[in-house]
Amino acid sequence: MSGEKKSWFTRLKEGLSKSTQRITQGITGLFVKKKLDQKTLDELEEVLIQADLGVAVAGRLVENLRKTRFDKEVTDEEVRGAFADDIAQILAPVAQHLAISPEHKPHVVLVVGVNGSGKTTTIGKMARQFVEEGRKVMIAAGDTFRAAAVEQLKIWGERAGVPVIAKESGADAAGLAFEALQQARAQGADVLLIDTAGRLQNKTGLMEELAKIVRVMRKLDPTAPHSCLLVLDATVGQNAHSQVEVFREMVAIDGLVVTKLDGSAKGGVLVALAERFKVPVVAIGVGEGIDDLRPFDARQFARSLMGLETAA
Amino acid sequence: MFDGLSKRLGDVLGRLRGRGALSEADVDAALREVRLALLEADVALPVVKEFIDGVRPKAVGTEVIRSVTPGQMVVKIVHDHLVEMLGGEASELDLSAVPPVVVLMVGLQGSGKTTTTAKIAYRLTLGPQGMAAGAFGGSFKERKKVLMASLDVTRPAAQQQLKILGEQAGVATLPIVPFEQPLGITRRALEEGRRGGYDVIMLDTAGRLAIDEQLMAEVAAVRDAAKPTETLLVADAMTGQDAVNTARAFNEKVGVTGIVLTRVDGDARGGAALSMRTVTGRPIKLIGVGEKIDALEQFHPDRIATRILGMGDIVSLVERAAETIEKEEAERLAAKVRKGQFDLEDLLQQLRQLRKMGGLQGLMGMLPGAMQAKAAMQKANLDEKLIKRQEAIILSMTRKERRNPDIIHASRKKRIAAGAGAQVQEINKLLKQHAEMVKMMKRVNKLGEKGLARSLGNMMPPGFPR
Repeated sequence: MSGEKKSWFTRLKEGLSKSTQRITQGITGLFVKKKLDQKTLDELEEVLIQADLGVAVAGRLVENLRKTRFDKEVTDEEVRGAFADDIAQILAPVAQHLAISPEHKPHVVLVVGVNGSGKTTTIGKMARQFVEEGRKVMIAAGDTFRAAAVEQLKIWGERAGVPVIAKESGADAAGLAFEALQQARAQGADVLLIDTAGRLQNKTGLMEELAKIVRVMRKLDPTAPHSCLLVLDATVGQNAHSQVEVFREMVAIDGLVVTKLDGSAKGGVLVALAERFKVPVVAIGVGEGIDDLRPFDARQFARSLMGLETAA
Repeated sequence: MFDGLSKRLGDVLGRLRGRGALSEADVDAALREVRLALLEADVALPVVKEFIDGVRPKAVGTEVIRSVTPGQMVVKIVHDHLVEMLGGEASELDLSAVPPVVVLMVGLQGSGKTTTTAKIAYRLTLGPQGMAAGAFGGSFKERKKVLMASLDVTRPAAQQQLKILGEQAGVATLPIVPFEQPLGITRRALEEGRRGGYDVIMLDTAGRLAIDEQLMAEVAAVRDAAKPTETLLVADAMTGQDAVNTARAFNEKVGVTGIVLTRVDGDARGGAALSMRTVTGRPIKLIGVGEKIDALEQFHPDRIATRILGMGDIVSLVERAAETIEKEEAERLAAKVRKGQFDLEDLLQQLRQLRKMGGLQGLMGMLPGAMQAKAAMQKANLDEKLIKRQEAIILSMTRKERRNPDIIHASRKKRIAAGAGAQVQEINKLLKQHAEMVKMMKRVNKLGEKGLARSLGNMMPPGFPR
């Protein structure tokens, strides 16, 4: 898109800085150097709620601050630092890489999520990343439902220089996954990325279909899929809880990808999710370009979210 | 995780049961729970505050309708205010301009613009023959000739997606010219729309972030060229707090005339609807309820309100209670009681009223804090069967006996018991209850008329058979 390649850190900061602005302004507006009283704490809680952290987590973080700093003279920097530390502490255990195991040939990555969360775009970006790491990658166009989903993925495949296995629209997704796995094996691929149709987690039939994809693949490789990623849109609110809960039940989600973090949405629900489900966050999306996929770094995410410099 | 508001209010207001008007303290306690419920439903915080400020004066001092709890009363008031803020009446697409009328679709990435574009076009093309078109309002009363054009040159294969959807739905799409830019496509669409005699031109745009100045300027330029009659912001029902920022930005920079809420078939509570409606002042015109081409419905504020509050059928319960217990009836009873004339005929009517409200079993399901109520009921040994039996007993009496319970002695009791298929002890129990009620009413009577009406209300479900 914008052509020149900035360091990934600069881009993360640029992306996050937009989401950070409001939260920062909110907190900075509250503090110069004054006593931390109940009114201030209430206002802080509101700032966190507006970042989608959810009422419970926001309340707990503020309570934590109250215990340690109440009635003390505090500066803006201190408060933000304290919040960032608390948030980073919650996020640290879930900040993990998507480990591709060389034992599996291929390592199968199943990508699932609700409609419009960014599954196809994420697969395009991931394919590119794996290629750059020197891996042989294949993609299965498992969204056989949405119009032109296959065409969309094929374009991403071209951009990443990766073959896309597809069938006609309306084909059985499980059958396609099976054939793709066969082909990937035959060609000695390292990674097979499987796209799936978007589905709302309360549609039982569609969720069963997802379980079927897994079942059918296991006829070829009982350990597949080796990773199962749920793609979450950063603009999502508290429904993210229900998404993780239900998808996890159906296909054993072991990684989250949070997309569209370059927007004004704060993705704060991630903090609550980390606390509740402890599912690793393996990547974040910060733009529509093929390179706009980043590893998730708890400390940087937390500090950037609070508008602090990320150095050391 | 997301306990319904009703359960919460049930807990908080359980102890308030049985007071007359809602006091300021009652309302504040209730509104704290309402605030939490709204936040959990993803209503944006500033909007929550505005809502609470608006509803408080409406609730304070409201008389609690007989046979509902204060908590239920608050839910009803909150619900009504929510419906009002969501726009009251359903709103329709405005296609009244000189054809071709332009409809511009805007929104964030992945909100559902392309699918929604095709759904609206399909419904317009189909006219009144369309499934459920009757529920769809005036704009769909006649068939329209519709042209769709995709201006999405960012997302791979987006234009192709609209083309395929057009083929499936039998709606014309503007032929794709590779590498043409949005403004160029717009001009071509307008020209084709005029030349081809189209009634409506639907312009689907690329998803864009509200903070992306460049892309927002681009869509503003498209708007200036196309002069749309409707500019619809397409937004996901699952959107969180950011809904206010998005809606405000799109409204300021592009000018929105209406909102389409998508994925309402999901299990999100949909607080974004209230957020966006409030900050833009624009109506929610349509909702997407599925992936199929005909899964598009008119927006009903009351349904979304119920869903945001997560409170089941409480509202209809209160409405039914209000309808069922007609005021005159209550006044007539009050007058009788005042004269110490509350006879078994009146008791019969009371019992029937109880049953008319859907029966206790039905009521239980609708009540917040139903468990609490159930326990109380068990203690009072009150269930629907019992009410039916008592009704049967009274019905086995002569009119004279109902008006003068004093004349019911041993032989009459035997006859009544046989008629109702009951034991004589049951007749005794009923008569004793009635006598106690009369006694209590006389006592209450001294408190004056207002106190009386109130006590009558309270007496009925929880207080009656002991």
